[in-house]
Amino acid sequence: MYEIDPTRLDLAEEFRRKPYGRHSAELQRVLNRMRTEPFDGHYVLLRDGRFGPYRLGRFGATPADPITPTGHVFQSLREAEWIVFKMRWKRLTGQDLALD
Amino acid sequence: MLKIVGYTDRPSVRPGESLAFKVSCEAGATEFEAEIQRLICGDDSPHGPGFKAEPVAASVNGRYPGRKQRINAGSFGIIDAGVEMAAGARFAVTVFVQPTWLAKRAEQAVMACRTPTQGRPGWTLLLDETGRPRFELTDGERHVAVTLDRALPERRWSQLLLVADPSVQQRITLVHRLVSPLPGEDVELKVIADLTFPPPPFHGIPVTIAAELAAIDGPRLLTTRHFDGRIEAPVILPPGELEVGHWDFSIGIDTQTITDISRHGRHGRLVNLPTRAVTGANWKGQTLRWSERPDLYGAIHFHSDDLHDMQWETDFSWTIPPNLPSGVYAARVSCAGGGEDYLPFFVLPAKTAKKAPVAFLASTFTFLAYANSHHGYEDSLSEVCYGALLELGPTEQFLKERRDFGISLYDRHRDGSGGVYSSWHRPILNTRPKRALWNFNADLHVVDWLTETDQAFDVITDDRIHEEGLALLSDYRCIVTGSHPEYHSTAMLDAFDAYLQAGGRLMYLGGNGFYWRVATHADLPGVIEVRRGEAGTRCFELPAGERFHSFSGEWGGLWRSNGRAPQALVGVGFVAEGFDENSHFVRTEGSFEPRAKFIFEGIGPEERIGDFGVLGGAAGYELDAADPELGTPPHALVLARSVEHSNVYLLTPEEMLAGFPGTDAIENPRVRAELVYFETAKGGGVFSTGSITWAASLSHDGYQNNVARITGNVLRRFIDPKPL
Repeated sequence: MYEIDPTRLDLAEEFRRKPYGRHSAELQRVLNRMRTEPFDGHYVLLRDGRFGPYRLGRFGATPADPITPTGHVFQSLREAEWIVFKMRWKRLTGQDLALD
Repeated sequence: MLKIVGYTDRPSVRPGESLAFKVSCEAGATEFEAEIQRLICGDDSPHGPGFKAEPVAASVNGRYPGRKQRINAGSFGIIDAGVEMAAGARFAVTVFVQPTWLAKRAEQAVMACRTPTQGRPGWTLLLDETGRPRFELTDGERHVAVTLDRALPERRWSQLLLVADPSVQQRITLVHRLVSPLPGEDVELKVIADLTFPPPPFHGIPVTIAAELAAIDGPRLLTTRHFDGRIEAPVILPPGELEVGHWDFSIGIDTQTITDISRHGRHGRLVNLPTRAVTGANWKGQTLRWSERPDLYGAIHFHSDDLHDMQWETDFSWTIPPNLPSGVYAARVSCAGGGEDYLPFFVLPAKTAKKAPVAFLASTFTFLAYANSHHGYEDSLSEVCYGALLELGPTEQFLKERRDFGISLYDRHRDGSGGVYSSWHRPILNTRPKRALWNFNADLHVVDWLTETDQAFDVITDDRIHEEGLALLSDYRCIVTGSHPEYHSTAMLDAFDAYLQAGGRLMYLGGNGFYWRVATHADLPGVIEVRRGEAGTRCFELPAGERFHSFSGEWGGLWRSNGRAPQALVGVGFVAEGFDENSHFVRTEGSFEPRAKFIFEGIGPEERIGDFGVLGGAAGYELDAADPELGTPPHALVLARSVEHSNVYLLTPEEMLAGFPGTDAIENPRVRAELVYFETAKGGGVFSTGSITWAASLSHDGYQNNVARITGNVLRRFIDPKPL
């Protein structure tokens, strides 16, 4: 299993700069690890209006189970991508992502 | 929470034909307003061309009483005539059962004979919450039940035998027999209980299979205790005597009828489209084709989230006026509290009317395939495939809570089995304007461009091409598709082939087109069937032996797997997909050939084509490319090729014989879209864009851009009758 190197802040910076589109091979490995989390607890955005804002939630054990909001609210998708990236970084490396 | 939803009774109409509109006020509004509108553009995104619709002065515009309409999802069989048994008669039931969703921990009726009245006298053979077989009998006042203390194994066949014998021994015997016991398992377990009162008489009480009848509401049967799984060969008989009923599901597999082979001929019917042409208890791979050995396909797979027709009451009907132009229309319905829905439908011109030179093809079969899809958020791999966080808007949140709106052909039923039937007879909440730019709403970009450029056009649909074939296509000099014409029947491909061989012109303005085979059924208008096989980008693979359509007997899966790859029809076929960021095309040598000169009039040799658009680029989402081995004609010109796709653009499975490193767009040059043009017989021609997002770039910069220019150049030439 690929493990994220918590010293590679350059990868986090690359993602913050450009969350969508072409990435370096190493950043793609980081994203693959983060985005293939199990269904149970997987992050999901809930959009109640036509174009936002976005509430962050987590799936339950199965698709039939309700989504549990985390309390985070985002005004843009890019903002949501960055905050979730940081949360996953913390969970997978055990370290805060100190870029801000 | 969506406050108002509805549907029309069919997708397409012609002037003079009547259309029924069915509306439900889900939040309890007591009235709603309806207005017929002609839809031009459904893209209301901040950077899009804007929502555009023209009101139609229709006689049905106005206010209507509103109410929430009922839904009875879940498939079952019913023998309406019921059975005849005298009071106190002994009787027995046998049936083969394969449960597929015990984890729902709910009671599941395998067979029942219950009166939907006070006390509901009758009997039910069911599985309890833990999957144990149970038999219940009541005369409306007294009750007896017996439960066998062993759960049926999931996804394995069992036989249940029930004997209720009041005459001699006054007892109930319930037997569970494993068809293929594992080492250490008891083949048979039995439980015996006292029968404390004589069975009530059964005179015409309906027998139900896979559900219990709870009430009758007009034409609708309201059912409960739905069973998820397979049932085969249910039989009711007085022991030692002739059968009261013996329903053989291997007969009429291509119908919604269940046949009673006893002397009584009490045939039944299926409700809500359970899956037929599935393997039964005695199938062991002897054949893969149900029509060769129907006796091995004597099972029916029932799902508690199957749905055919919501059977809502009609709120209003509208006969299409003779002067209504062909187009994409909708009834906009609205109610208090900001509730709004659009019920789309497609109006073809009268058969005798003068036709426009161009027909826009509405991909009604594709809309059905994706109808009310859940797969985008029920698959844990979706986020890594999309390259973006999953996002559930109001529609998706509503559908997540409302499984009774049915599933798409991309979804698994709650028991994990793949969906194979999809029906128009329900609100299809992702075939709407002002929703995600995908299929219907993305296709309106083409309608918008045709309208804004003052191009006269008619609208035709998949379902009408399927019914009318070449006769419908041959009315037009040029057929223009939407962004994603993915699903087609044999009759449709035959029609396109004939049209192109007769000098017709086809503009395929999409990607991943002409990909999956569809079957329809004459008795089930508005319903399609898709049997996904072992190839293709798919959300599930149907079990072995179940890849022939029940409706038609045809082998399912990709058209490529059926010997009719899209490359042979339109020059390109599906090769890759990705959804995070879209890109653009660059011209290739073919674009400088004299034959292609008309296409690139006004386009510079170094221009990046489509590095703009509502979706960020004209090359994106799903990509097609030429492949001579799969049928791209040798004289076809590859005009342009897309570049610079991202890491999440990957080759499709059918493009790989085995997995290997380097299948993304960073490393693999086969991950690209190609613009292709070629001439066909008798002066016809094909132009293909090979990209779903092409159409989303048409409106950029006030419709003055190189995507719109190329598309316009081709269209003008294609409607010119001079041979290509």
